[in-house]
Amino acid sequence: METIISIKPLLAVLVSLLITPVLVSSKTPNVREAWTFAAAFMMFMIVVSMLPAVLKGAEMVYTVAEVLPGVPIKFKVDAFGMLFALVSSSLWIITTAYSIGYMRGLDEHSQTRYFCFFALALSATIGVAFSANLLTLFLFYEMLSFATYPLVTHHQDMHARSSGRKYLLYIVGGSVGLVLPAMLICYNLAGTLEFTSQGFLAGTGSKPLMTILMMMLLFGFAKVAVMPLHSWLPAAMVAPTPVSALLHAVAVVKVGAFSVLRVITGVFGTDLLVSLGLGSVICYIAAFTIVVASLIALSQDELKRRLAFSTIGQLSYIVLGAALLSPKGLIGGMIHIAMHAFGKITLFFCAGAIAVATGKKYVSQMVGIGKQMPVTMTAFFIGALSVIGLPPTGGFISKWNLVLGTLEADQSAMLVVLLGSSLLNAAYFLPIVYRAFFCSKEESMFENSVKEAPVWCVFPLVLTAICSIVLFFYPQPFFSLAELMVQSITGR
Amino acid sequence: MTDHYPSLLVVVPLISAFIISAAGWMNRRLCFPIAVAALSVATYCAFGLLLRVMDQGVIVYHLGGWPPPWGIAYYIDHFNALVLTAVTVVSLLNLIASQKSIARELGEKTWAFYTLYVLMVTGLLGMVVTGDAFNLYVMLEIASLTGYALIAMGEKRAPLAALNYVYMGTIGACFYLLGVGYLYIVTGSLNMVDIAGNLPALYQSKAVLVAFIVCMIGLWLKMAFFPFHSWLPNAYTFTLSATAGLVAPLMTKVMIYVMIRFILTVFTPKFAFATIAVKDPIVWLAVIAIVVSAILALAQRNLKKMLCYVVVAEVGYMVGGAWLGNRAGMTGAILHIVNDALMTLCVFLVVGNIVYVVKGYAFEDLKGLFRKMPFTMGAFVIGALSIIGVPPTCGFFSKWYLITGAIDAGHYGFMAALLFSSLISVVLFFRVIEISYYEPSGEHHGHEQHTEKMVEAPLTMLVPLLIVTFGLILMGMYTGDIVGRIIQFAIPVELV
Repeated sequence: METIISIKPLLAVLVSLLITPVLVSSKTPNVREAWTFAAAFMMFMIVVSMLPAVLKGAEMVYTVAEVLPGVPIKFKVDAFGMLFALVSSSLWIITTAYSIGYMRGLDEHSQTRYFCFFALALSATIGVAFSANLLTLFLFYEMLSFATYPLVTHHQDMHARSSGRKYLLYIVGGSVGLVLPAMLICYNLAGTLEFTSQGFLAGTGSKPLMTILMMMLLFGFAKVAVMPLHSWLPAAMVAPTPVSALLHAVAVVKVGAFSVLRVITGVFGTDLLVSLGLGSVICYIAAFTIVVASLIALSQDELKRRLAFSTIGQLSYIVLGAALLSPKGLIGGMIHIAMHAFGKITLFFCAGAIAVATGKKYVSQMVGIGKQMPVTMTAFFIGALSVIGLPPTGGFISKWNLVLGTLEADQSAMLVVLLGSSLLNAAYFLPIVYRAFFCSKEESMFENSVKEAPVWCVFPLVLTAICSIVLFFYPQPFFSLAELMVQSITGR
Repeated sequence: MTDHYPSLLVVVPLISAFIISAAGWMNRRLCFPIAVAALSVATYCAFGLLLRVMDQGVIVYHLGGWPPPWGIAYYIDHFNALVLTAVTVVSLLNLIASQKSIARELGEKTWAFYTLYVLMVTGLLGMVVTGDAFNLYVMLEIASLTGYALIAMGEKRAPLAALNYVYMGTIGACFYLLGVGYLYIVTGSLNMVDIAGNLPALYQSKAVLVAFIVCMIGLWLKMAFFPFHSWLPNAYTFTLSATAGLVAPLMTKVMIYVMIRFILTVFTPKFAFATIAVKDPIVWLAVIAIVVSAILALAQRNLKKMLCYVVVAEVGYMVGGAWLGNRAGMTGAILHIVNDALMTLCVFLVVGNIVYVVKGYAFEDLKGLFRKMPFTMGAFVIGALSIIGVPPTCGFFSKWYLITGAIDAGHYGFMAALLFSSLISVVLFFRVIEISYYEPSGEHHGHEQHTEKMVEAPLTMLVPLLIVTFGLILMGMYTGDIVGRIIQFAIPVELV
């Protein structure tokens, strides 16, 4: 495999880090948002400029500093990192547009702080995507935790305060209490923390130790919200909706999933996990989370909370896919990062658009809204289809591969979980859409005067909905990237 | 000239202290510039020494040309060159930051403060640079006596806290002197290298064992190692923030330096870790120190006292790390001396700025501070992250070495204590951040309100703080170089 030394991954991280002083000192909101857009586009362009080389099978590396013997702060762009970086950086552009519509639409306070920490959070996300070793990943993971805190607690009231505490308790508690010691033990065992295609832990420790390490890392990366460490995510819904959309449907939670996948593939290696029989243990934890989260989602009346529980379930799809330890399962898990991102962000954008236009937050108050906001609710429908995993949306592709993965791994119980949870997904999403459109005049809860949200809100959600459909017909470059990654793991 | 850096390092501040005292009678405004000039020279010398040691190895300097054992010799190796640099940099930055607050708090008596300040730095530098066990005692007393006086210059309860410190500190110094006396009796020398040369034959001697134990207890009293910590929190809380910014980062750290110097040079690692079986109990004592101080910190309702307990917990980190008896633990302890000096300075400078602006440091005084003092509080967040141990700040890396040392030694209690203390630190600092981030009740949901204007501390206070804060990240990024090019050579090769 070709290795290129390139400063581009560092630049991609620095773009949004260095833009924050500019944002703070901007004179007017328009100038500030223009700079945010500039940073978002620049980051996206830098990421895209590395895509052709990665698709050819090359890896880009850059060492920043040799901080510990054998463990530098180092970036590496491989196919999987590229996949995640593409998703995050492209959706940042769209979310920036949406943020403008939402934050101005609701006349929110402290918008400068909001945009600054958003930029920091994206910087950390890209950093995680391009980390070459566990230490660098941990560094950016922590940076993301702290950068998101002011966003979660944006409203600065008592509710935000308690949610912020919960958020830190779970996320930082997990990373300092579990990931840090696990990382140190790994370092002590192997003398390195560098991700490799078949892991670096093979042949270094006993089975019980490996099992404990895997569990520490799985639960320690609490951003993946595997039960029972999930309840920070519904609590974090107190944040403004664009934060929930990009961070708690894409960046933050997928950083958790990404980290767990990296641990499974790059730290332990699929062969080691197969020989230890740990794959099915993780599968059952993920399956439990999927089913329970979907059942809880059924009973949530607040739309954003329902979406949050749906996200918890969907994140475990990604973990499940990887834990099947079969090529198709891995592909399914990886592209689910992309497919779910576009679907779920659409749903969140819709929830926010409804809040901006009508102030309504509860599902039971949304009867008949489809007649007043047809564009938003159509997009909602498409997003829901994608999350359920029905054609013609991208979600189908990932779910199809996951199902194939269960067959490949001969895990028929997981097949049942996947199909059953799809039914549950349909059960908690489709009634919303149905009642939004199909109701009599008397039942409708909305006056004729209610109109669509501002164009800055509607345009992004239309765009992501279209993306969800396009990804069904043309799931590139995500599919090729996932395939490339799996090839490098399995060596085929 | 460069040959005389070791003596200039001590002599320049010493003489300047008297000049400042004299200048105070003529023109009070001269005191501050003289102090800054003296410490700048010391800083320059310290950096010069560090570079020379990295280049040429150990420097031996005979004071007044008298060879040991008659004269006093200064030995500068990688270890004390590093600590000297930290001491001079921290004291200089804190001095610059203290100007405004001292002028306001003390008015007429600024000259006394600067005299004592520079004299105390002299004592600290002398302790680090000297290779003579008795000379170390003299310097220790210079630093302590000036320290008592400085601490007594604080708020209403400061004199009482200082008195308490005098009692404990004097007992500590006596113990140390007693230990040195025993060593002199059995070896006939006060020079550290001489003592080290004569000791191996006497390792089985009860007198040597007593000397060692008495020295250690004396040093622990001075560094506020649990359970001898009770003097520290009050003394450091009630004093002026300018004094706290000097003593909190440096006094305890220099005492830890002396302890490690005794383990590594005067007695050998072989004696300390193998001949006498006290390694494990001491690490367990450190575990208790860390856990108890973390919990006591949690119980505080004012920022300065909370930070004092954090200082006590950090002492536990370093004592525990040093006594793990392996290379990684010792590396962590030495690295943490420097890192902790910087991060303690960072948070105490923050306290200084807060006290200067809002005239209080209780938790209630901190409300809405993020809006009022964004730069100071930004620095506080970075300092807090460093104390918690979040990469890429330097606190992470020393903690990394300490925990690696604990794993190597199979001492999982110490590892658990470090992680526990990190988690408690998260709670400690985010509680403060929460209070200062959320507006006073009733004012939220304002739309870009500017009811509270920004009232940052003056630039002379802000710039040193920002330098330290930046330094925390820089030190973290250069950990590889610091360990690979300096600390590695500070630890004897026989310690693995």
